Amino acid sequence: MFGARGTGDTSGYGGLAPTAASTGSSERPYGSYFDDVADDLERAYPLFSQAIERVVVDRGELTLHVKREKLVEVCLILRDSLKFEMCMGVSGVHYPADAGRELHAVYPLLSLTNNRRIRLEVSVPDSDAHIPTLVEVWAGNNWHERETFDMFGIIFDGHPGLTRILMPDDWQGHPQRKDYALGGIPVEYKGATTPPPNERRAYK
Amino acid sequence: MTTFDPYAPSRDTTEGTVYSVTGGDWDSLVQEIGSTKEERVVVNMGPQHPSTHGVLRLVLELEGETVTEARAGIGYLHTGIEKNMEYRSWTQGTTFVTRMDYLAPLFNETAYCLAIEKLLGITNDVPERASVIRVMMMELNRISSHMVALGTGALELGAISPMFFAFREREIVLDIFEMISGLRMNMAYVRPGGVQQDLPAGAIPKIRDAVKLMRKNFKDNTTLLVGNSIWMKRTQGIGYLDLAGCTTLGITGPVLRSTGLPWDLRKIAPYSGYENYNFDVITADTCDVYGRFLIRMNELEQSLRIIEQALDKLEKLEGAPVMVADKKIAWPAQLALGGDGLGNSLNHIREIMGTSMESLIHHFKLVTEGFHVPAGQVYAAIESPRGELGAHVVSDGGTKPYRMHFREPSFNNLQATSAMSEGGMIADIIGAVASIDPVMGGVDR
Repeated sequence: MFGARGTGDTSGYGGLAPTAASTGSSERPYGSYFDDVADDLERAYPLFSQAIERVVVDRGELTLHVKREKLVEVCLILRDSLKFEMCMGVSGVHYPADAGRELHAVYPLLSLTNNRRIRLEVSVPDSDAHIPTLVEVWAGNNWHERETFDMFGIIFDGHPGLTRILMPDDWQGHPQRKDYALGGIPVEYKGATTPPPNERRAYK
Repeated sequence: MTTFDPYAPSRDTTEGTVYSVTGGDWDSLVQEIGSTKEERVVVNMGPQHPSTHGVLRLVLELEGETVTEARAGIGYLHTGIEKNMEYRSWTQGTTFVTRMDYLAPLFNETAYCLAIEKLLGITNDVPERASVIRVMMMELNRISSHMVALGTGALELGAISPMFFAFREREIVLDIFEMISGLRMNMAYVRPGGVQQDLPAGAIPKIRDAVKLMRKNFKDNTTLLVGNSIWMKRTQGIGYLDLAGCTTLGITGPVLRSTGLPWDLRKIAPYSGYENYNFDVITADTCDVYGRFLIRMNELEQSLRIIEQALDKLEKLEGAPVMVADKKIAWPAQLALGGDGLGNSLNHIREIMGTSMESLIHHFKLVTEGFHVPAGQVYAAIESPRGELGAHVVSDGGTKPYRMHFREPSFNNLQATSAMSEGGMIADIIGAVASIDPVMGGVDR
């Protein structure tokens, strides 16, 4: 109940330690249309086993973890052979505890022809945060990649104009990384002080 | 430069002379520019320009009146909503997301809550009455949002009466929102697991009357604009973007449907029980501003149809719960507005303070620390008035989101500005941007 584990401490206070990304891999059959997608991709792309690190099926969604070197190739096959005509953008996730794969880029893909959705995930180390751009594959990724660069500092190689998009041009740092403090000031009301949100206790 | 004009100062840079225009000083500017041989002018339109739909900045390169290059600059309304949500409980998140696309708050809330419910694995446990209320509220919201799109779009092209009519209709919808949630905008009404509170007494007949009134009123704008020769000259063939352009740019919503593709997530991938309603997906095949205008006009009637069906369902579901039964997720309070329009249910306060210690503990834990969401990531997409609104939610198993990202249709669709307006006249940029219907609160988040 309420996340208490072992000690019976129901306060639930878990400190501020960030947890790592999931590492498991799903076994076939994946269910739904996911087996078809995986089969079609394997047929159309002989290097499947080298390019796809893991296949995860969770909560009715398929995630393909792709190596960054093969990302553009895989996306071209997905777009042209498997009819994933649309990419719904990029979302970055920062896992500081996932050593060597701190920064993840997540691409939701949509097939208008088959009404299917899959997700690609690329992980790169913080020290070498480079991912090839997908603007040549889906032009609409332009602003999404700029946003992910702005917020996480992932550099999308080959992007036609990788500049900040939401933050001011001269901003220091990348605000949505976990090591970037939220900031804030305590609020005093009727003698009591409420700490800023980033200093309030977190429950795990 | 001969004399110094304090209202239109100019300075020379390596890229040419830069003029500042503050309004009312066009004569002196024209005189100055007329004396140079340069044909190419770069104009900064916005971010404080009445026709750019909020704080949108357009950088336009002009040859005479022809736009050779158009670039949109955004970020003026960035408020860090996604970052802030990582420091608040899952329930508190609804008060943040509702402020993103401020013309469609209920869509933001629903996308967010559908994603959390998917993470919790309770999608099928959400009570039917809650889903029907969500659908009804979203369709009312679609009407109010389309009304702003139509009204401001027409206003920006120089027609003021459509705006009066459109905002009159929007007011009807906002009054309903106020009656149900207590707030006209940013209501945080949809909550993970259901909705915040049930409809107040007498709501259904009032909404029925409003539907009747709106159906009658919509004709005013239809007769003003549909087939109006000035309106058609300003919108037909303007802002052209075909299906190939839409797919590569990831464009969804009315802009995609104006290419003839009936892509509407309510039909294609139904959520919240949309498969149980009869309605048509409206398309046009003109790929232009006029087609998108017609789509929005006709979607109003479809929304009214859905609302009527939802009201029928709600009458049958009178008294049914509006929140999941799981007491580890649902707040124990059945909140009800007090006489002052605010506050908690007195019965609930009496119960937790006087009789049930368990309720008090649950209330305290759920309000202060919130519920736990199992680790994982999901993407939930719904059809907002502007296209696919997707919520990418990552949980680490805690009581707060680990990462929230919204795939905002306005943000994505605004990229089409260049494709829609380059090579056209500067006056047509306004119509093209208005037909995308960007809301800067959603673009910048």
